[in-house]
Amino acid sequence: MSSIDVGGKTIAVDEEGYLSDRNDWSKDVAVIMAKADDCELTDNHWEVINFLREYYEEYQIAPAVRVLTKAIGKKLGPDKGNSKYLYELFPYGPAKQACKYAGLPKPTGCV
Amino acid sequence: MADFEIPALKEYPVIPPVKVGTMAHSKPFVAKPEHQAGVGYPGELVDNWEEKAVTRLGELVKGSRALQVFLDSCVKCGACTDKCHYYLGTSDPKNMPVARQDLLRKVYRRHYTFAGKLFGALGMPGLVGAADMTKEVLDDWYSYFHQCSQCRRCSVFCPYGIDTAEISMAAREVMDSVGLGQKYCNEILGKVHKIGNNLGLPEPALVDTLEGLEEDVKDDTGVDVRFPVDQKGADVLLVTPSADFFAEPHIDGLIGYAKVFHQAGISWTLSSYASEAANFSMFIGSGDNLKSTAMRIRQAALDLGVKRIVVGECGHAWRVAYSFWNTLIGPFDFLDPKYPVPQHICEVTYDLLQRGALKIDKEANDHRRITFHDSCNVSRASRMGNIPGGQFIIPREIIKSVANHYFDMPANTIHESTYCCGGGGGLLTDDLMELRIKGALPRMEALQQVVEENDVNYLCAICAICKSQFTKVLPYYKFPMDMIGSLHQLVSTAIQLK
Repeated sequence: MSSIDVGGKTIAVDEEGYLSDRNDWSKDVAVIMAKADDCELTDNHWEVINFLREYYEEYQIAPAVRVLTKAIGKKLGPDKGNSKYLYELFPYGPAKQACKYAGLPKPTGCV
Repeated sequence: MADFEIPALKEYPVIPPVKVGTMAHSKPFVAKPEHQAGVGYPGELVDNWEEKAVTRLGELVKGSRALQVFLDSCVKCGACTDKCHYYLGTSDPKNMPVARQDLLRKVYRRHYTFAGKLFGALGMPGLVGAADMTKEVLDDWYSYFHQCSQCRRCSVFCPYGIDTAEISMAAREVMDSVGLGQKYCNEILGKVHKIGNNLGLPEPALVDTLEGLEEDVKDDTGVDVRFPVDQKGADVLLVTPSADFFAEPHIDGLIGYAKVFHQAGISWTLSSYASEAANFSMFIGSGDNLKSTAMRIRQAALDLGVKRIVVGECGHAWRVAYSFWNTLIGPFDFLDPKYPVPQHICEVTYDLLQRGALKIDKEANDHRRITFHDSCNVSRASRMGNIPGGQFIIPREIIKSVANHYFDMPANTIHESTYCCGGGGGLLTDDLMELRIKGALPRMEALQQVVEENDVNYLCAICAICKSQFTKVLPYYKFPMDMIGSLHQLVSTAIQLK
């Protein structure tokens, strides 16, 4: 089993770096995961991460890309409510990369 | 961007010289015990797996005359060698379909043919192309049977009609049965059994997503187009890949289906119990899982009391529906016999267009210059309509009815000779990204041609896997990620709602 080191604490992740246990998440986890991808988390990244976590809390799944873009458009302005902007924030794909930082499982299926 | 070489697009396709072992490292993540349990297989490699694998192979051969013929009849003519997109993209000779098949065929020969038994007993199985089941053989199987997307292009060119996909499916079933499964497929199938779709999208999330789409369409068009779920007494049950609820560009296709039903006045519903058309059981060659997954759809149709079942844009789902449903989950005597069972969404839309039942503004798609990617399972394992080649004709006729600029890719890369997108057959997973990118090469070369000659800017597909795969690989070949779209997105753009 792989793991990451967060402030001296060892946290288990799967082969692709997603948290094995969602309850291990903290803001530091997100920061350290992002750092490994050479990504500095800005306030806009956090808007996405926080929304993903809220949505997951309610529905036990990450939101559809459309749902996410709409929500971000409402929060950050209509010019940012599109998947192009989300890809700028999360170049490995908003669904997968942002879910990882948010401590959510990776979306599966034909996506 | 990647720690391997992205193949260069050449002016014309070239059959590459072999590079032995260049993809031997390519292996998908192995399923964990809980993923295996979800589909009814042992959690890890069992004791005596060599023997049990051989026994399982024997059972499969005994249970399928076709598989036996495919294993017995190859004469090594070589017609298939340069037909596989994974060979063309990777140069690894074990990705020549004949060589990949022989990884399994040699074990079959060793244990189930006279020559193999005789020379095997003398310690010289190799003399007759036979081999014992060893760890090395198993490793090769795991690697290379996950480098076949079961697209069956090679089968089109095989003079004996050997169906490579059947052999890959058998190999995966044998591996699963001894406890060596692939994480991607088996985890997903577990979610279908438990929640009803590949994503693991629970009913409240599905409902929330669809309500959001109703708002979006209302904002765009001013019309109340509904996306009903679990509506008893609806005429049509739509089963569609769950990617249509979740991913881009898929979701625009779903909006297209809804607009078609709306304008034609067809009452329809989705099912939260059978919220998935895909059936990955086919990819892993598991008859039991194939049946239990498909059975959810029959059950939903009965529970909701629908008269018709329509299948959305999903390649292998259409193969399963068109070719297997009747024997798998039939009879469908409870459905309206006036309509085909099952019916493809393209057939529905095509019929409505023929009858003039949809008001279309073709100019609305004038900014698009479109080509169509035939998906493997639709092209080579099914049909649409009641005319030979309907699966090629109908999607193209729809496009030409809703848009003014359509261009085919080169003839040897479309229709029954279509190239796989590179991500089919249960390989659409990030741990196989190198394979997916390299395997997309032949399709990208064909696309390049229509981009250069006809300024094509829209690659249209009717398969969720194709759409996700192209979204991912197009940028590696310097094409825009968003040039891939659904067929029903084009319909959605052109349809004039009333």
